[in-house]
Amino acid sequence: MTTKNGKLARLYLIAVFIVLYAPIFYLMYYSFNSAGTMHGFESFTLEWYEEVFRDTRLLIIVLNTVVIALLSSAISTILGVVGALAIDRVRKNRQRNALLAMNNVLIVSPDVIIGASFLIFFTLLGIQLGFTSVLLSHIAFSVPIVVLMVLPKLQEMSPTLIDAAKDLGASGWGVLTKVVLPFLRPGIFAGFFMALTYSLDDFAVTFFVTGNGYSTLSVEIYSRARQGISPSINALSTLIFFVTLILVVGYYFLTRRTGRKPSWEVAQP
Amino acid sequence: MTRTRNLYLIPYAAWMLLFVATPIVLIVYHSFFDVEGHFTWANFEKFLTPVYLKMTFNSFWYAFLITAFSLLVAYPTAYWLTRTKHKQLWLLLIIVPSWINLLLKTYAFIGLFGTYGFVNAAFEAVGIGTRQILFTDFSFVFVSVYIFIPFMILPIYNALEELNPSLVYASRDLGASPWMTFRRVVFPLTLGGVKAGCQAVFIPALSLFMITRLIAGNRVVTLGTAIEQHFLVTQDWGMGSAIAVLLIIVMAVIMLATGNRGTRGGAVR
Repeated sequence: MTTKNGKLARLYLIAVFIVLYAPIFYLMYYSFNSAGTMHGFESFTLEWYEEVFRDTRLLIIVLNTVVIALLSSAISTILGVVGALAIDRVRKNRQRNALLAMNNVLIVSPDVIIGASFLIFFTLLGIQLGFTSVLLSHIAFSVPIVVLMVLPKLQEMSPTLIDAAKDLGASGWGVLTKVVLPFLRPGIFAGFFMALTYSLDDFAVTFFVTGNGYSTLSVEIYSRARQGISPSINALSTLIFFVTLILVVGYYFLTRRTGRKPSWEVAQP
Repeated sequence: MTRTRNLYLIPYAAWMLLFVATPIVLIVYHSFFDVEGHFTWANFEKFLTPVYLKMTFNSFWYAFLITAFSLLVAYPTAYWLTRTKHKQLWLLLIIVPSWINLLLKTYAFIGLFGTYGFVNAAFEAVGIGTRQILFTDFSFVFVSVYIFIPFMILPIYNALEELNPSLVYASRDLGASPWMTFRRVVFPLTLGGVKAGCQAVFIPALSLFMITRLIAGNRVVTLGTAIEQHFLVTQDWGMGSAIAVLLIIVMAVIMLATGNRGTRGGAVR
């Protein structure tokens, strides 16, 4: 289907792209506005960028967000791979479907409900709201995603591969680390990246389980935005946009190199 | 392969039991208690009063509007995207905005829609004059559609990609008009993607609270806002849980009615 689109189609697509990108560029444009507002461009300034880099509180929050994202996605990748291996080994259909259904619960649940139920859960366990509770909840909603990314790869794998490795004298551990995990690598990478984006993008769940004094970027932007326009958020969003762009391009080439069609998934809001 | 016991199952099942089953059980349990910790049905009775019923109706109405408009914009976009030349690249461009933190995008609209923002300036220029856009139903629906569009485009795009083009050729050869071909062949065959997209939009839209707070002021109160209010502001966990339980039930019904998500071109491919 390489039929060229008509004029109308092209106009429509261009309009969609403009609307999609306009708010982002609007933010970026006004990050250079010396008036510090999102209207009436006064003159060019880098003042707000300086403010971002001087604002230690904000920088600590950025660091928190990155630490939570990396830690939670690393841990949830390990748990997710274990989960996928577990589900793959269950042979009975009913048990398997039950496990898969359980796995999907957190994926389809609205964020507010995940957040609220975790708030009750952590309070009951006596876990103080803060780093631990945020980390645990991010791991919790990332594990099912990793499982779903790894499982199809696992089902693709031919069982003869494992039989061959065993015949050649590999131990159980050897089969896992030398045969199974390398085969799953693309799925594991995709799962890790998905977990990373979910964690970086999450607002609602984090909002429920952060106590006072601990904050991630989304929560901080929310509380600042409620007070109105803050030009340092604009500056920060420009920086974030470019980091995201680098990550996306990196991911694009990473999946290209492994010879796989990039599977473009998006994070749930 | 059958001799090994499924050792992977133990950590995975334990994790799921702790972080999926327990929080849900807890939220159901809490919905039967009032603020003082006495067992009561009052929370559910309160839900049946006009205030909450109207709120529920509003939530559904807005979620429906958001889903409908998303579909209306997303289907042509996805359709024409599959017919462009560098479609992988274009698809990537659709997805990049969805990787920008959604708080930042929402924040951008506070500037765009503000009294002196770009949209009002444009209105002024064409002679419509400044009007209140922020804190209206319109801005709430518009921003939500903006946020959710990529989640609607992706599954539809995937479904269209899977469509065998020879079916379209056959229909055209047999004398069907382009519109007829679309209505009788293309659309029915991509219904799976449409369903997946609608699910991916409707369920989160039902429980939004961040956009309602930032964009709609407190004009639009949805179930999500109510849950957040009860848990974090009034500390009436029982009532919050009761609303959450009802939302879970509704969600389950929707999932059952529209079939399993994630099996066909859903958000998780």
